[in-house]
Amino acid sequence: MSSGITDQDLAQTLRQSAETTERLLKENAELRAQLQAQGQVAGNVGSAYGDLEAKFKALEQENRDFANRYVEIEEENNNLANLYVASYQLHSTLDFREVLQIITEIAINLIGAEQFAIYLVDDKTQTLTAVASEGLERDKLPKVPLSQGVIGKVASTGDNHFGPEDQMGAPIDVASPFICIPLKIKERVIGVIALYSFLKQKTRLVSVDYELFTLLAGHAATALFSSKLYSESERKLSTIQGFLELMTS
Amino acid sequence: MRQLIVFALSRIKNLKVIEADDGVDGLKKLSSAKFDILITDINMPIMDGLKLVSMVRNGDTHKTIPIVIITTEGAQEDRQRALALGANAYITKPIQAPQVISKVKELLKIA
Repeated sequence: MSSGITDQDLAQTLRQSAETTERLLKENAELRAQLQAQGQVAGNVGSAYGDLEAKFKALEQENRDFANRYVEIEEENNNLANLYVASYQLHSTLDFREVLQIITEIAINLIGAEQFAIYLVDDKTQTLTAVASEGLERDKLPKVPLSQGVIGKVASTGDNHFGPEDQMGAPIDVASPFICIPLKIKERVIGVIALYSFLKQKTRLVSVDYELFTLLAGHAATALFSSKLYSESERKLSTIQGFLELMTS
Repeated sequence: MRQLIVFALSRIKNLKVIEADDGVDGLKKLSSAKFDILITDINMPIMDGLKLVSMVRNGDTHKTIPIVIITTEGAQEDRQRALALGANAYITKPIQAPQVISKVKELLKIA
């Protein structure tokens, strides 16, 4: 009995199978090569993506730095505006009372002070006398001898006094202000600003406050001094004019 | 320290500032022209800021004008009283220019 498949057919089939296997192996090798090449490309893309991601992060950081810098510059700008307005106001008049009023306004509106006093040195008696106050009765503020207590010491040394910040809302003592700033013309102290308390909403001192204290120490002193000299010279002038008129009439 | 507020407002484009000495002067100026916003203190001579707010809200012109109060009075009841009288914003001193600018821009709907 015969199956009908000859040896020749079998050999033919085997040859074809071998050829197919060989072709498949070749195709497989080609595909492997292609895959390897694509893998290389993917690797390159991945690396480029990594670079881009790093650049993106760096740009984001730069952007954040610029934003922070912008906020800082805005703050500096506003601080400068405060200082400019304060300085401009202090030198806008030669009237002694007006200068006192302007110092008061700066302390309230720009610093947020609630209770404070401006003391001037009386060279004859070597004491400090309150010439203006806010939130305190001026007449009840004591005359302070130079070198005595916080106020006297600030006036004699010319150094600022800053109380500890955690005592900012503590009950006040007129002899011991929380902050005391000398009013100086060069090294000569002509008075002090004594700050006892701040507005309820002012809970801490910020950098511009210290700048304003420095500005007040110098500019308020010269404004007070020059306005005082001016009013004295005006008074003398009118006396001399009156005297001359009397002589010539 | 009106100058500081004027300085702050000068940083907002196309805003012209007219200053008044007190509440009475403010009312007089409000009756003479059309204004977009009113900024006032509470403690002022002759007529205080709360009276001014009340008179503006009950007046014929500028009934709906946005009103900003800038004051030393930081108590909650003062704020509530001012807002109840018709103020739109209540800012406490010390004056912070950026706060004033952003509130004015917000009320005037300026970007």
